[in-house]
Amino acid sequence: MNAPLRRVSVAVMVLFGLLFLNLNYVQFLQGDYYRNHELNNRVLVQEYQRQRGNIRVARDAVATSKDTGGELRFTRTYPEGPEYAHVVGHKSIYYGDTGIEAEYDDVLSGEDPRLFVRRFTDIITGRRPVGGDVVLTLSEKAQKTAFRELGDNRGAVVALDPVTGALLTAVSTPSYDPNGLASHSSKAAKKTWNKYLKDSDKPMLNRALGEHYPPGSTFKTIVAAAALKSGYSPATMIPSGPSYTPEQTTRTITNAHPSICPESQVTLEDALRESCNTGFAQLGVELGANQVKDMAREFGFEDEDLRIPLPVAASRTGEMSDVPTVAQSSIGQRDVRMTPLQGAMIAATVANDGVRVQPHLVKEVRGPDLADILETAKEREELSRPLDGGTASALRGMMVRVVQSGTGTAAQINGVEVGGKTGTAQNAQGARDHGWFIGFAVKDGQPKVAVAVFLENFGSGGSNRATQIAGSVMKTVLEERG
Amino acid sequence: MTAAPITGPPPTPPAAGGRRRLPPNRRNSELLLMLFAGLLVAWFAVGAHFALLQSAGAAALVMPAMFVFLAVGGHATVRYFAPYADPVILPCVTFLNGLGVVFIARLDLGDADPEERQTLATFGDYGFRQLLWTLVAVVAFVLVLALVRDHRTLSTYAYTLALIGIVLVAIPAVLPYSLSGSGGSKLWIHTPVGSIQPGEFAKLLLLSFFAYYLVRKREVLSLASKRVLGIDFPRGRDLGPVIVVWVASLLVLVFERDLGTSLMYFGSFVAMTYIATERTSWLLIGLGLFLGGALLAYSLFSHLQIRVSVWLDPFQDPDGIGYQPIQALFGLGTGGLFGTGPGVGAADTIPVGHSDYIAAGIGEEIGLFGLSAVLVLYLVIVERGIRTALLVRDSFGKLLAAGLAFSLGLQVFVIVGGVSKLIPLTGLTTPFLSYGGSSLVANWILAALLLRISDAARRPADSSPPPAGRLSMAQTEVVRL
Repeated sequence: MNAPLRRVSVAVMVLFGLLFLNLNYVQFLQGDYYRNHELNNRVLVQEYQRQRGNIRVARDAVATSKDTGGELRFTRTYPEGPEYAHVVGHKSIYYGDTGIEAEYDDVLSGEDPRLFVRRFTDIITGRRPVGGDVVLTLSEKAQKTAFRELGDNRGAVVALDPVTGALLTAVSTPSYDPNGLASHSSKAAKKTWNKYLKDSDKPMLNRALGEHYPPGSTFKTIVAAAALKSGYSPATMIPSGPSYTPEQTTRTITNAHPSICPESQVTLEDALRESCNTGFAQLGVELGANQVKDMAREFGFEDEDLRIPLPVAASRTGEMSDVPTVAQSSIGQRDVRMTPLQGAMIAATVANDGVRVQPHLVKEVRGPDLADILETAKEREELSRPLDGGTASALRGMMVRVVQSGTGTAAQINGVEVGGKTGTAQNAQGARDHGWFIGFAVKDGQPKVAVAVFLENFGSGGSNRATQIAGSVMKTVLEERG
Repeated sequence: MTAAPITGPPPTPPAAGGRRRLPPNRRNSELLLMLFAGLLVAWFAVGAHFALLQSAGAAALVMPAMFVFLAVGGHATVRYFAPYADPVILPCVTFLNGLGVVFIARLDLGDADPEERQTLATFGDYGFRQLLWTLVAVVAFVLVLALVRDHRTLSTYAYTLALIGIVLVAIPAVLPYSLSGSGGSKLWIHTPVGSIQPGEFAKLLLLSFFAYYLVRKREVLSLASKRVLGIDFPRGRDLGPVIVVWVASLLVLVFERDLGTSLMYFGSFVAMTYIATERTSWLLIGLGLFLGGALLAYSLFSHLQIRVSVWLDPFQDPDGIGYQPIQALFGLGTGGLFGTGPGVGAADTIPVGHSDYIAAGIGEEIGLFGLSAVLVLYLVIVERGIRTALLVRDSFGKLLAAGLAFSLGLQVFVIVGGVSKLIPLTGLTTPFLSYGGSSLVANWILAALLLRISDAARRPADSSPPPAGRLSMAQTEVVRL
């Protein structure tokens, strides 16, 4: 009986060999397929098992994790909803991560190498593992004011501390509710996602950081800066007039109202104060494309790598190859494009003695028990110095005059030196104009806040409304920070 | 094989100098291997506690320690009652059973709400019950080794065993579904204190009877009549027994709706017939009958058609009938080469993860390497069992050892192959690993019988003779090595 016994022994080995081969196929060759299969929620369950850290503004969480006790244990909630959506972003099972949720995923999830020791001691001591916290620089009150003031309009408000570069406000409207996208129910998340996707107002666009628009007359600050740098003074007379037709074209540039600079010459200061198109168009042509472009670049245009740490769209000066394009570009039309953040950065730089600092959104990163700070923001990190102290001070004076007695009076605040520049930008044919205001507030000789307000296709009165909003946002910041 | 029977064991040359040294019996190696198995089991328990409770105190070691205590009790019995038994089988059984206990306890933790987990830390729910069943199983193991001092005694009671076996198989079929059914199959006897799966015990009884019967009938069954394609086929009238077993297996399938058990009985019987007769024709006949029966059953029973269609494409209904196999595949795939680590995987999401699908959960947490190692241990038990069959001198012992070993191997192949989508799934327990008292006790008895036979096989010829058995049954033959 021994010969068949040996054969049976071999047969059993063959059967087990088949098992081994098949397991190699399932676990090794097909392993990734099964691991990443859309119906396999193992990795997800693991991720949602850990309590993700908070994203906070001062003490209040604007993104936090709530224990549901379900299979996906923690659900992400955003107590302030749409107000912070474009900064905080969302963490969605079905539609990915955006904003700070994505940029600081390692810290929030607890995977960051700096949290390794903590993770290890959690295991030893039996503490429940928790991710780290990200604290934003934003001002709760200013953010609220900006969000309220923008209301149903499409637009954006960006405010920052001119000295440190800390963002105080970053609002884009209309906004979306990240809570809907964070839903664990695929049906609910899909419904929300589709609703926002179909909305013609595009609520998921980040108008404050991610989109750029023709800046209109706010761009005159750049041309004025270039002029001052090349030897002009605020009192220098520049050619103006009711209309100006550059060489090589028949397209005439006029002013917004016949009462603006009809004389053949005005001072540079008055040209800015009244927002004199004919003056700045000719000034730009006189200075030349290179000087204007260089100055714009010094202020941050064309920077494709700016991250705060959210990515910021590059602002553009566009094509300025001949006289008509230079003339048009000098009043912020043609192909000039600016993000609201870039607008705030111009105002901040002028207020901060010509020093442009790195804008940033994150104040600090903390470990789960809040005691250990893993990372603090680099404040006052200088990016460039487009103007020296004297020219900066001259331009600051000119912008203050705009608010004192020019187009920007709506931004005045009692007892505070407010400067700025309004803008009305034509865009698509037949579409209503964009309204803009960029400005700053200086109190007791100290620059306190810089702001940019953008109202998309607001139409008539847009720049004035933008100026009002800028005023109330700056006022809120001043009340809060003294 | 046609070796002429001889009347006694092969003579041993007398040792020079009068005093003989007994060959080593390897009991110390066995103990060492068992303790090592205990260490691995404890490692899994500690790892699972770290993952699920974020800490591992002494609580993690309570069940492994109690388990090792039980297993060492089994070892002590072997030392006393079967000193020359194979030293590798019991450590393998120890590891598999221990892994089962701590893995089931880990599932208890995973299933519980995080707040309640601490209360389960020392003694899980099902894990602890499985440990209690291990106690019962080890007691059964001890009793079998103590009472059955010579495996040939079993052949004396062959017909009694067969009768009891048939009754055990038949009881669930006769009982109403409410007293015997679960999940569509009728395999149990539900009692107020727990459920018994009589088929697990019937398997051992029937295998013993098969061994006896085939030893008696091997001459007749070996007779050839027709020669087809170089293979001698038996006479038609000698097909009787295999047909009877085949029909009985089909009846099990019909009345108990249990493909796995049915396949086990028939497969083991065919393999034993082949070993007894050395006729390849029996394998072909068996295969033919199996295919015929399988096709017949497939065309008759919708639940088998569903099984096959789920096997071919589990993703056709991922939330319904495909859910279990898909979760098993996800578990295995997610485990990958090295596994997620004890307690880290989502083994609780695999339905019936503590019984039929336990291999998938284990494969998720200890990976391809770990699961392969577990399968190698089964293979080692099977191959040591077959080696025992090769070594033992009497035909009954040979056939019984081979039958027990083969049925264990076949069962592992059928269930693990089913879980890993190699073959359609048929519900069977994974020996020693799966939750369930009947299966555990029956498989420990199986191990005891293998050890009993291997003790006889490895005992030096002139050491104390085995206790008196029915020597008339001892059909000895030359061992070819």
